[in-house]
Amino acid sequence: MADEMKKTKEEKVNSLLTVCEASQEMIEKAKADGVSLIFDRAEAMKPCPIGVEGSCCRTCAMGPCRLPAPKKKAEGEEKKRVGVCGATIETITARNFVRMIAGGSASHSDHGRGVAEVFLLAAKGEIPGYGVKDVPKLLQLALDFGIDIEDMEIEEIAIKVGELAGAEWGKQEGGLVMMKRAPLKRQEIWRKYDLIPRGIDREIVELMHRTHMGVDQDYKNLIAQGSRAALADGWGGSMLATELQDILFGTPVPIKGSINLGVLKEDEINIIVHGHDPLLSEMVVVATQEPDMIAFAKSKGAKGINLAGMCCTANEILMRHGIPIAGNFLQQELAIVTGVIDAMVVDVQCEMQSIHDVAQCYHTEIITTSPKAKISGARHIQFEEHNPLETAKEIVRAAIENFPKRTSKIKIPGQKCDTVVGFAHETINYLLGGMFRASYKPLNDNIIGGRIRGIAGVVGCNNARTVHDQAHLTLIKELIKNDVIVLSTGCSAMACGKAGLLLPEAAAQYAGSGLAEVCEAVGIPPVLHMGSCVDNSRILIAATAVVKEGGLGDDISDLPAAGCAPEWMSEKAVAIGQYFVASGVYTIFGTTFPTVGCDVLTEYLFKGLEQEVGGMWDFATDPIEMAKKMITHIDKKRKALGIDKARERVLYDMAMRRELEAV
Amino acid sequence: MSKIIASAAIRGAHKIITRVEKKYKEVLEKYGPNQEIGFPDTAYYLPIIYGITGIPVKTLGDCQRVLRRCREILPPAVKEQHHLPYLAPALDAGMATLWVEEIEEAIRYLEHPDFYLRGEEVTDNNIWLGAADDVIMRKRGVEFVDGTAPGFAAILGAPPSEEIAAKIAHELQLKNLYVFMGSDNNGVRMSEQLVKAGVQIGWNTRLVSFGPNVNAAVFALGFATRAAMSFGGAKPGDFRKVLIYNKDRIFAFVLAMGFVSDEWYANAAGAINYGFPVIADTPIPEVLPTGICTYEHVISNVPYEEMVQKAIEVRGLKVAVTEVPIPLAYGAAFEGERVRGADIHLECGGGRSQMTEFSEMKNMNEVEDGKVELFGPDITDVPAGSRIPLGIYVMVAGRQMQEDFLPILERQIHHLINYAQGLMHIGQRDVAWIRIAKQAVEKGFTLKDLGKILHSMYHKDFGAILDKVQVQIYTEEDKVKELTQKARHTFTIRDERIAGMTDETEETYYSCTLCQSFAPSHVCVVTPERTGLCGAYNWLDCKASKEINPTGPNQPIQKGEVIDARLGKWNGVNDFLARASRGNVLEASAYSIMVTPMTSCGCFECIAAVLDQCNGVMTVDRDSSIDTPCGMKFTSLAGQVGGGKVTPGFVGHSKHYITSKKFINAEGGIKRLVWLPKALKETLRDKINARAKELGIENFADMIADETVGITQEEILPWLKEKGHPALSMESIMNV
Repeated sequence: MADEMKKTKEEKVNSLLTVCEASQEMIEKAKADGVSLIFDRAEAMKPCPIGVEGSCCRTCAMGPCRLPAPKKKAEGEEKKRVGVCGATIETITARNFVRMIAGGSASHSDHGRGVAEVFLLAAKGEIPGYGVKDVPKLLQLALDFGIDIEDMEIEEIAIKVGELAGAEWGKQEGGLVMMKRAPLKRQEIWRKYDLIPRGIDREIVELMHRTHMGVDQDYKNLIAQGSRAALADGWGGSMLATELQDILFGTPVPIKGSINLGVLKEDEINIIVHGHDPLLSEMVVVATQEPDMIAFAKSKGAKGINLAGMCCTANEILMRHGIPIAGNFLQQELAIVTGVIDAMVVDVQCEMQSIHDVAQCYHTEIITTSPKAKISGARHIQFEEHNPLETAKEIVRAAIENFPKRTSKIKIPGQKCDTVVGFAHETINYLLGGMFRASYKPLNDNIIGGRIRGIAGVVGCNNARTVHDQAHLTLIKELIKNDVIVLSTGCSAMACGKAGLLLPEAAAQYAGSGLAEVCEAVGIPPVLHMGSCVDNSRILIAATAVVKEGGLGDDISDLPAAGCAPEWMSEKAVAIGQYFVASGVYTIFGTTFPTVGCDVLTEYLFKGLEQEVGGMWDFATDPIEMAKKMITHIDKKRKALGIDKARERVLYDMAMRRELEAV
Repeated sequence: MSKIIASAAIRGAHKIITRVEKKYKEVLEKYGPNQEIGFPDTAYYLPIIYGITGIPVKTLGDCQRVLRRCREILPPAVKEQHHLPYLAPALDAGMATLWVEEIEEAIRYLEHPDFYLRGEEVTDNNIWLGAADDVIMRKRGVEFVDGTAPGFAAILGAPPSEEIAAKIAHELQLKNLYVFMGSDNNGVRMSEQLVKAGVQIGWNTRLVSFGPNVNAAVFALGFATRAAMSFGGAKPGDFRKVLIYNKDRIFAFVLAMGFVSDEWYANAAGAINYGFPVIADTPIPEVLPTGICTYEHVISNVPYEEMVQKAIEVRGLKVAVTEVPIPLAYGAAFEGERVRGADIHLECGGGRSQMTEFSEMKNMNEVEDGKVELFGPDITDVPAGSRIPLGIYVMVAGRQMQEDFLPILERQIHHLINYAQGLMHIGQRDVAWIRIAKQAVEKGFTLKDLGKILHSMYHKDFGAILDKVQVQIYTEEDKVKELTQKARHTFTIRDERIAGMTDETEETYYSCTLCQSFAPSHVCVVTPERTGLCGAYNWLDCKASKEINPTGPNQPIQKGEVIDARLGKWNGVNDFLARASRGNVLEASAYSIMVTPMTSCGCFECIAAVLDQCNGVMTVDRDSSIDTPCGMKFTSLAGQVGGGKVTPGFVGHSKHYITSKKFINAEGGIKRLVWLPKALKETLRDKINARAKELGIENFADMIADETVGITQEEILPWLKEKGHPALSMESIMNV
């Protein structure tokens, strides 16, 4: 009786940590196994109250200077807060904020650089197994780079594209080529405020310079540099990463997948690929299907090899191959807790060092593969870019060899959910009209007609400071209930997947009648999974396509659209947020906001920026409030476009037909 | 697309494609890959396949490629649970369905060449018209261009009774729509229902019985595809342009009556690619979100009495229905209806009695608006089968009225009377001819109704220039004779006046952009000596049209400074062209075929083409389906030249223009004319000779070759030499 009461209490506690039942079950198991989890550490250690609001400056050895906002603000006469050097709180919070952008932008972009390098090698035929899979996309990118493709062989074009794409990182002037994909009005705005990045690396280096002690000490000037570095990510490093990955590995098309810890199999070798980079995992997919590997697995008593993904590496191979996903960011420890992971293979980004400690309690082998991302104590099998299949096989072999070491502490949660994913920009374009009538027209038309109220991009991480997945799901359900179609990436998309929101059937269950009708017409879920977090560039391209289709203004900032990262935690999220804002999108964050220590800066980010770039930041902790704020913004844009009223049916006579422009 | 519809469409596509593949295999074995196949008399091969993929299917072997592509784009069946998106695959499946059905129909033409009729009319033994040949397509296509037919209804199945079928057909006719019928509902076909109900079907009444089964949909969509290529300038294979052109400019829809089978769904999905929505009488799922079509995609459970109204609303079509206070149905769809033999109650004119139509301008106080008088016996006073003389005398008055507008008003009488169901009108002026059917008399028609038609239609169409219309109808011999004499005198004066006008004496020309509804960059420049290339609009017509509709398609052009008198280039004209073509055409020469000739829309009566070996030009008219010395039939030429393009070496023009003093004046005028179709030559013989005589050549028509001389330059050149054709001794046409 007492035991049962304890159990109920525990379940209650666990549900305060996560709304994911599989995770709740594993948190419980971890407790029983005596394993320390991120949830426990978050409970034990509160965030630094000064750092959380961005009011701590540690750029020089005269500090760190702590400038917390006064608890009770005296009316009108707040004491001026400055550091030892005199840097104001505006400068300090702005510096901290843009340095987060630099971190995020560097991460995505360095990932992109890696892709570009591999792409060029592949183009030259130096990587067995890698080549051009999406020729039309290669040609499109070649045209973007101004390559005269006539009379050129595909191989030549690929090499040229690889060289020119690679040069974008080290470019010193002239502006990034991809920026030209944006609507013309957007480009004008960027030119007006001088926001076009000169080169990807340069803007990040300059940002680090400006935020050094005693350099740029004007918060607006700092935020402008933040925009440049962020745009260098969204329209630079990230976009090129997506484009080149699509060319190398294929542009995603609709495909069925499944998600949650229930995809793990007790009687098979379970390999988790975790991180953000598809370069190696693409070959792990191949290696797990090789007959010699399967035979080897069987020789060790396993029935087969079960590959699953975590975080954005998972999204990459799910979108292209339908490989199941074990879970999102906050489930990486929990996957190991099942006791059936024979190897967790990590590449870069969002890999918690604790997985090594958790793995110590089980038999799981943590294998790092990137020279950029080692974990003390973990096994390192370096990604050999000239022969990725060999590296992949070595990893798979290591996993198989580890299988017999499984301990008895095994439990796989039953939860898993099917998903329909693979919504790249090109795919959406096709899906809305078929091979012969592909266009965004039906989307625009139904936005104008009001069946779809607007578009929301809901992206970003999980955060141990808030209930796992809860904000994502509450927010997204509220949005689709109000006929806002949701484009999702990263850990947010995975949260949706686990809750069944990535299934076409979810439209009838959760969406408002207008959105549901459109989903039924096209056969799509109300939430479209567009890929990993580096693929947020796909949302930019989709937004641009909507603008170019016509009828909804001539800039991204005219669209009835909004962005949100309700459970964000990483610097990448801040970079993404800033490039969305600088591209004209209203972007709201949840959990916490890193400038709340300074009202002036926060006011500038939340209101002032709108006057300049059309987009602005916002912040709310309650997901319903976030959704309402997004919908309010969407309605504001609908009103500005004059589509807030019911549209009259226009009947055409011959004179009106003559007025039509030629196609 | 709803899941049920998409699943059914994809299933249907699988069935149809599998069926055709099997049939194809059999036929291929029997005839071999080199066996020629195709639809009769068309330059567009199998038009949907040609328009969408660019593949010209000429032989059985060519089908292989198409069938392979069908298999490639044929999507898998839609899963019951957690399905993948299905709209796009269903649309693709619909398109593949149309391709294989075209192949199947081409095979039918091969195996059973007499299954379908040729031409526009049905016979007592066979009502299936099959694929429209290019002559029909052009002739009817022009009606789509000028708005006399805003679109078509493609019928799948049949309503439950002959009465309802006749009613729906009639309602569609009243809205000026073509009705393209195919397939059956439990063995009942609408075409057959109409025949049983005594309704006249065929191209002439716009009730087109394409074929007995669902495949006939490809004849309707093939017609639409060809319209995009011939009038819209869409290149074969430019599928996007073909389809969007149809969505924006051809107001067609599908009426599905009866059980909607998988095969129907597959065809409907094909039609939706064109932006043609589906309106069904059965309670199938609806697809309301917009996008591929202008408005809804599928509307269902519509009662028969609301079907036509609903369809045109869903398609986004505005139809001006003509209300005329007579007991007969009235509309463009009845224009081509025939009155024959035993059906004739009364016949006037046509050589057996005199019939004259004449209009005069009067002072306002001399005309009593709306007054119609009959002098002599009425139709009810004469026995069936009678022939009597007839005079129609129209008096008009109006503050904006001008003498110059009278010929235009008079010319309207022909089609205005023809629009009435049961009336057949031919000719004009003093050679008019009318037949009135017994059915019309049964409905209560009297001769005064002719006056009522003219009164109400003149007010409707010409309200801007006239205020009062009074009509007198004569059936007494002497009254008709008197009217005829007066009329002939006036006709002579009028003809001399227009003949005396020249391009030099007028400062204002007129544009005609009527065809921009179909050929968006086309601009006709109409001068006193150069009519619109469709033949329907001369300078006076345009002038009147401008008065009637000041912001309409006929706008005055101040010709401005002469840039080149020989070529016919004026700076005012060029400025206008650039503006009106939205920057697509920057200059044009009114009198040249070689140097920046005028654009051609697609409804030209004739196309002239340079024949370099003969040092001259040929011209061929729309009604000819013969091969010509330039290597192309009219229809292929039209495809090359039409769509609002400037094509040096080719120019579209009216028949009348051939004998104008300005006809290719820059290249030397009519003396360059070396070849004409025989029929056209005979029609124009007197005028050609008269014009050539002015240039000092006697019996010039006899120096012009025709198809009896040859249809290649090699064949006609020796003949021209023998006749001493003047073109042979002129400066090389390539250097002009």
